[in-house]
Amino acid sequence: MAAITPSEFRKRMARRKWQGRVFHGLCLLAVCIALTMLAVMLIYIVAQGWSRVSWSFITSFPSRHPDRAGIQAALLGSIYLVAIAGVASFVLGVGAAIYLEEYAARSRFARIVQINISNLAGVPSIVYGILGLEVFVRSMDLGKSVLAGGLTLALLILPIIIIAAEEAIRAVPPSLREGAYGLGATRWQAIWHLVLPQAFPGILTGVILAVSRAIGETAPLIAMGALTFVPFAPDGLLSRFTALPIQIFNWTSRPQAGFHEAAAAGIIVLLVALVIMNGAAVIVRNKFQGPNAG
Amino acid sequence: MARDEPIGQQAAAADLRRSFRPKWRKLLPERIARTILLLCSGVSILTTAGIVLVLVFEAFQFFREVSVLEFVTGTKWTPLFASKQFGVLALVAGTTLVAIGAMVVALPLGLLSAIYLSEYAPDPIRRTVKPILEILAGIPTVVYGYFALLFVTPLLRGISEDIAVFNGLSASIVMGIMILPMVSSLSEDAMRAVPRALREGAYALGATKLEVSTGVVIPAALSGIVASFILAASRAIGETMIVTIAAGQNPSFTLNPLVPIETMTAYIVQVSLGDTPTGTLEYKTIFAVALSLFAITLLMNLLSQYVVRRFREEYE
Repeated sequence: MAAITPSEFRKRMARRKWQGRVFHGLCLLAVCIALTMLAVMLIYIVAQGWSRVSWSFITSFPSRHPDRAGIQAALLGSIYLVAIAGVASFVLGVGAAIYLEEYAARSRFARIVQINISNLAGVPSIVYGILGLEVFVRSMDLGKSVLAGGLTLALLILPIIIIAAEEAIRAVPPSLREGAYGLGATRWQAIWHLVLPQAFPGILTGVILAVSRAIGETAPLIAMGALTFVPFAPDGLLSRFTALPIQIFNWTSRPQAGFHEAAAAGIIVLLVALVIMNGAAVIVRNKFQGPNAG
Repeated sequence: MARDEPIGQQAAAADLRRSFRPKWRKLLPERIARTILLLCSGVSILTTAGIVLVLVFEAFQFFREVSVLEFVTGTKWTPLFASKQFGVLALVAGTTLVAIGAMVVALPLGLLSAIYLSEYAPDPIRRTVKPILEILAGIPTVVYGYFALLFVTPLLRGISEDIAVFNGLSASIVMGIMILPMVSSLSEDAMRAVPRALREGAYALGATKLEVSTGVVIPAALSGIVASFILAASRAIGETMIVTIAAGQNPSFTLNPLVPIETMTAYIVQVSLGDTPTGTLEYKTIFAVALSLFAITLLMNLLSQYVVRRFREEYE
C-alpha cells in the first residue's frame, strides 16, 4: 500500500467524516419520515371524524343518510367476534402450548407443530376466510353467522397465542415442577396447580394482543361471507353480523363525503378500542409479574 | 413370596405394594388431560391440512373446466364478463406491482431506520422510537386503505392529473409504510445480535461509524436483514384491504402504477362481496386464485426461513 502524505490523509479523513454525517442524517431522516407518516395519518383521521363521534353515533344503526348512520350493529358484532375468537383460541392455544411444552417437548411431533405454526403465521388472512367459509359456514352448517366468523378469527390468531403461551410456560422455573413431583403430584396436577397460575399473566398478555389483532381484521370476514349492511344487533351465536372494520370499509368505498366522515369516526372508535386493549396488556404484564420475573 | 412368613407381615407387604401401584382415580384425569391437550395441538396441524385440502379440492374442480396452461400463461382476467378469460397473470401483475412499490418504500426507510436505532440512537431514544414504529404494524389495514384513498390519492392527483382515482401508486406508498416496521424491527434485532467486539475491532482500525455500519454490521447481520425483506414482501403480497380500497378492480397486465389495477386478494374480496352464485365456474375462480396466493406466500416464508438457517453468521 502506498503511503500518503499527511495533507492527503487529512483531506480523506475530512471526506469520510463528512460522509458519516450525511449518512447519520439520512438514517435519522428515515425514522422521521416514518414517524411523520404515522402522525399525519392519525391527525388526518381525527380531523375528519372527530365531529361525528358521539353517543348517538355509537348507538345508531347504519342508514342511507350519512349524518344519521351509526355503528351499533358493527360494534356489537365486533364484540361478539372478539369474545368468541378470544375464548376459542385461548382454550385451544393454551392447551396446545401445554402439550408442546410439558408433554411433548423436543419430540418429533412438537417439532412438526412448531414448523407448522411458523408457516401458518405467514398465511394471508384472506385465505383463513376461505377456510372458514368451507369448514364453518358450509361443512359444519353454521351459516354466515357470528359464530362462524369468530371461529375463523380464532384459527387466524391461534399461532400467535400458542407462541405467547409457550414462552410464558417456558419461563416457569423447572424447580417448581420438580418440587411438585417430589411431593407425589402427577404431571397434570403440577401443571394445573403450579405451572398455569405462574404462566397466566404472560398468557393473558399474549391473548389480549392476539385478540386486538382479530378486532381489526376485515378480509377474512368478508371472504367467509359477513354482511356489509346490517340494521340489527346480533341476537345470538347464529345471527348474521357485520363488524366495525367492515362497516368502515363499506363507508370508505361510498362516494359521499358524509360517509367518509362516518368512516373516520368509526376508525377513531376502533383505534380507541385497540389502545385500551394494548394498555390492558401492558398493565397485566406489569401488575402480575414480580420485580424479578423476566 | 415366602410361605413361612407371618400372616401379618404378608398383609403389610401387600398393602405397601398396593399403595405404590398407580391408581386409576389418579391416572384417569391424567390420561384425559393428556388426550385433550394433544387434540388442541392437533388443531394447528388440522388448520394447515384444511387450508391445503379446501384450496386444492376446489381448485381442482376449477381446473377441470379451465386448462392450467391458460390460467398460468393468460394475461386477461375476465371471469365475471360474458366472454370469459382466465389469465391469472393479470392479477399477479397487479399484486407484483403493488408489492414492488411497497418494497421500494419500505426497504430504504426500514433499513436506514434499523441502522439508526441499532447504531446511532442513544438508548432512551431507541426504547421510545421502536415501540412507536411498531404501532404502524398494529393499525388495522382498513385504516391504511382509508388513508390511501382519501388522503394520499388526492395528494398525488394534485401533483399529476394523469393519476387515476384508483391506482397502484397510492396503495404501494401506504403499504410500504405499513410493512416498514417489519423491516426495521427484524433488521434491527439482527444488527443488535452482532457482537460488540466486531464493531470495536473496526473502530480500533480507524473506521468511521458509517464504515462500521455498512462494512461490518450489515454484512454480519445480512441473513436476518434479507429474511426481514422477504417476510415484508410476503406480507405485502397477502395484504388485502389497502389494495381493495385504493387500487381498483380492474385486472390489467401492466406495471404502470398510475392506472387502476386489481390484485389477487382484491379479486377474492370482489367476488365475496358480489352476488356470484356459489358452485358456478365464476365462483370457483376464487379458490384457484387463493391457491396461487397461498403457494406464493408459503414459498416466500420457506425461503426466508432457509436464508436465516443457511446464511446465519454465528459468533461464539
